[in-house]
Amino acid sequence: MKIALEHLTRSFPGIRAVDDVSLEFTSGRIHALVGENGAGKTTLMRLIYGMLRPDSGKIIVEDRERSFAGSQEAIACRIGMVHQHFMLVDTLSVAENVVLGAEPIKRGGIDREAAREAVRGDSGRIGLEVDPDALVGDLSVGQAQWVEILKVLYRGADFLIFDEPTGVLSPQEARFLFEILRRLRDEGKTIVLITHKLDEVLALADEVHVMRRGGFVGSIGGREADAPTLARMMVGRDVLFRVERPVETLGAPALEVRNLCLPRRRDQHPLSGISFTIRQGEIFGIAGVEGNGQRELAEVITGLRHHTDGEMLLEGEALPPLHPRRARELGVRHVPADRQRTGLVLQMDLKDNLILGEEDSAAVSRWGLFRPAALTSLANERIRSFDVRVSDLEQAVDELSGGNQQKLILARELAHELKVLVAAHPTRGVDVGAIEFVHRELIALRSRGLAQLLFSSELSELLALSDRIGVLYKGRLVTVLNAGETDEEELGLWITGARGEVESA
Amino acid sequence: MPDPKLKGGLPPIAAWLRRLGLIAVESLWPPLLALALSFAVGSVIVLAIGESPLRVLSLIFLPGLRSVDGFAHVLFSATPLIFTGLSVAYAFRAGLFNIGGEGQLYMGAFLAAVVALSLPEAPRPVAMILGIAAAAAGGAIWGFIPGWLRARFGVHEVINTIMMNFIAVGLTGYCVEYYLQESGMIPHTAVIPEAFQLIPFARGPVGAWLGLNRANPLGFSIILALLAAIAVAFLFKRGVEGYRLRSVGLNPQAARYAGIAVGRVQMRAMAVAGALAGLVGVHEVLLYRHRYLDNFSTGLGFLGIAVALMGKNHPLGIVLAALLFGFLNTGALEIDLFTEVPRELVVVLQAMIILFVVAIGEMATRRRRRRRGRQ
Repeated sequence: MKIALEHLTRSFPGIRAVDDVSLEFTSGRIHALVGENGAGKTTLMRLIYGMLRPDSGKIIVEDRERSFAGSQEAIACRIGMVHQHFMLVDTLSVAENVVLGAEPIKRGGIDREAAREAVRGDSGRIGLEVDPDALVGDLSVGQAQWVEILKVLYRGADFLIFDEPTGVLSPQEARFLFEILRRLRDEGKTIVLITHKLDEVLALADEVHVMRRGGFVGSIGGREADAPTLARMMVGRDVLFRVERPVETLGAPALEVRNLCLPRRRDQHPLSGISFTIRQGEIFGIAGVEGNGQRELAEVITGLRHHTDGEMLLEGEALPPLHPRRARELGVRHVPADRQRTGLVLQMDLKDNLILGEEDSAAVSRWGLFRPAALTSLANERIRSFDVRVSDLEQAVDELSGGNQQKLILARELAHELKVLVAAHPTRGVDVGAIEFVHRELIALRSRGLAQLLFSSELSELLALSDRIGVLYKGRLVTVLNAGETDEEELGLWITGARGEVESA
Repeated sequence: MPDPKLKGGLPPIAAWLRRLGLIAVESLWPPLLALALSFAVGSVIVLAIGESPLRVLSLIFLPGLRSVDGFAHVLFSATPLIFTGLSVAYAFRAGLFNIGGEGQLYMGAFLAAVVALSLPEAPRPVAMILGIAAAAAGGAIWGFIPGWLRARFGVHEVINTIMMNFIAVGLTGYCVEYYLQESGMIPHTAVIPEAFQLIPFARGPVGAWLGLNRANPLGFSIILALLAAIAVAFLFKRGVEGYRLRSVGLNPQAARYAGIAVGRVQMRAMAVAGALAGLVGVHEVLLYRHRYLDNFSTGLGFLGIAVALMGKNHPLGIVLAALLFGFLNTGALEIDLFTEVPRELVVVLQAMIILFVVAIGEMATRRRRRRRGRQ
């Protein structure tokens, strides 16, 4: 199915999220829609999917102009969207989830056999192996995504939009997804892939459309595209992909973790017998599929959770059970994985977020009252030193781009004497320019002799930054590899458990 | 971002308040609109009864506006609502719903009375301080307990503040009836010692000068209430504790990550909220009745929720909302006396105001969200 956009514009207060975009998604191809965060990709897709209405311009579906009052109408026009965050009911089966909202009816009840049949039919055709009766809550992340795809297919979509589909997948799962996407294309479906990962685009797309600051920059054939060209189109300047990582001599052990254990609880993945040492000037990467204990490990080290067994030593001295405040005072700083829910208070302004956790320090307050002038100058200083782009200090942080939010957190956490930095997914969801900034910053800290524990789901990022990489699988550190002697392929096998013997717990 | 369209049409006073940073303009119009809408619906009711809405409206508002004495009555009626409204807003700042104002004010009033009755010899200055402190302490204890249960065991404060209300009513009732009741049928304590008694303005030196009738009950508690409102506003705006309350209220996970002791902030917030509600005891016992009357509160704690809601949890808004409710309460008597309209109309009006405030607030939020494309 072909969709053409003509002079599509949509504004929000203060910004033109989509600015006079005209482009055509030709039928039966895989289209990649790329751009930095805030470039307007998602807004553009929401316009097509009927979640938003354009201020002006036309959406032409198969030569007929359409205007959708809601996503239901778009679905009726055979447009489907697989969201970044899955919209599934964990307690229902695969088949029930797939038909939810459009259930086949037989004698006043749901026709379960028809539902199962529909799932079997669609999944068999494109090569997915799913049990229609399995509970969605029991599926892996990758399989849950399949259910989303089946849902969209069940509703008869010919035009499928995928919003950042690989963000939560392992490399192997992602490759499998690409296979599925190609098969869907070969069936004649039109695929739009929203992403900012250039390697995916290059591997998969027949056509690449680039957006920057709401505007349409241009299209380029998948075969003609290469990473530097795309990055230049996205950012508007040349981008360094790999920051130089100078050879450093390692200092004394900064953080030692010995036999760390954490029990399994409803809200907690277990850790068992984790041991490693990070030396000054070393970046120790942690690879792993989400949900294998990364978050727990980061939180134990920064005092947000308490381990039940094992010990931690900071510069040779044993640490007592830590409270987050104490950890900060000792120089263990944390860039949290979930920037918006943990790292910031989105409803507070920039200034207030820049001092989160140090509101009672003498630098900003005295006798329980803030000193506004001191607060302003401190905030200004931090913003300047980290090049956070803001209009004013009272700006709400939820208006900032992901990259600027991350810079804000770094500005706050790195403004102190620190010994260990725990950086969890520091570039997740930030744009290419900001990734470069964050990488440079981490490398600079490494050169200053800081020990860092880096969590990332991007294996390429771990390989580019880390000195050594540990793989976390089911709460165990199954291997530690020298970053210079391994590659994505090998790490991919480790993180999915395909390599290495894992004793059953 | 304030809507520029709204900015132009603002009365100068609002612009001036905004410059002082006291209120956000965009939070001013929903309560005013709610007020207008509920009066419109109220008018229909009045017309159905066969009376003139204008007459009823003037009966509600004129007595308070016509004379200093009338306005003093309005202020008197507003005083406890300022305390309970502040109490709700203070806890809400930390993300907690204090439904326990009723219990807290009973405990504050009761403890003030008990302290006064057990210290008949206390000299005047000491008595004054002790009386006010006892009222605050009684409420603070009753607020702290649910705060502690929340922080320590995760028991939701809505449930346990409601339960604490029942306990307070039962406990004070029992104590009055079995240990403290003055002889007679009325379940109240003896009169508190003179040193603890606050004297209404009308009977002091400024009373005649202000033009108050001898019987006008307005006294020191209104000053205490306004001081409390100023203190809370200042704390919210400039205080480190205000900052902590806000970060815990908006995002406890981020607060914890940043090293703020979330549980302790919550416990403190509930204790202070309780103390604010407890100060109703100053108004009720030390100023108004000079004794503790069992079951005296006519839902003042719950009305405080309405006042805080209408006042958008901002101290200045709360003072204004309490004033409005003060007008309505004093006006209720007038419309009962002079028209066929029952005084319950006022209760209906109050309820409608709240409904409209909530509905309009929600609509405004949705509109904002839609315009920002977050739907």
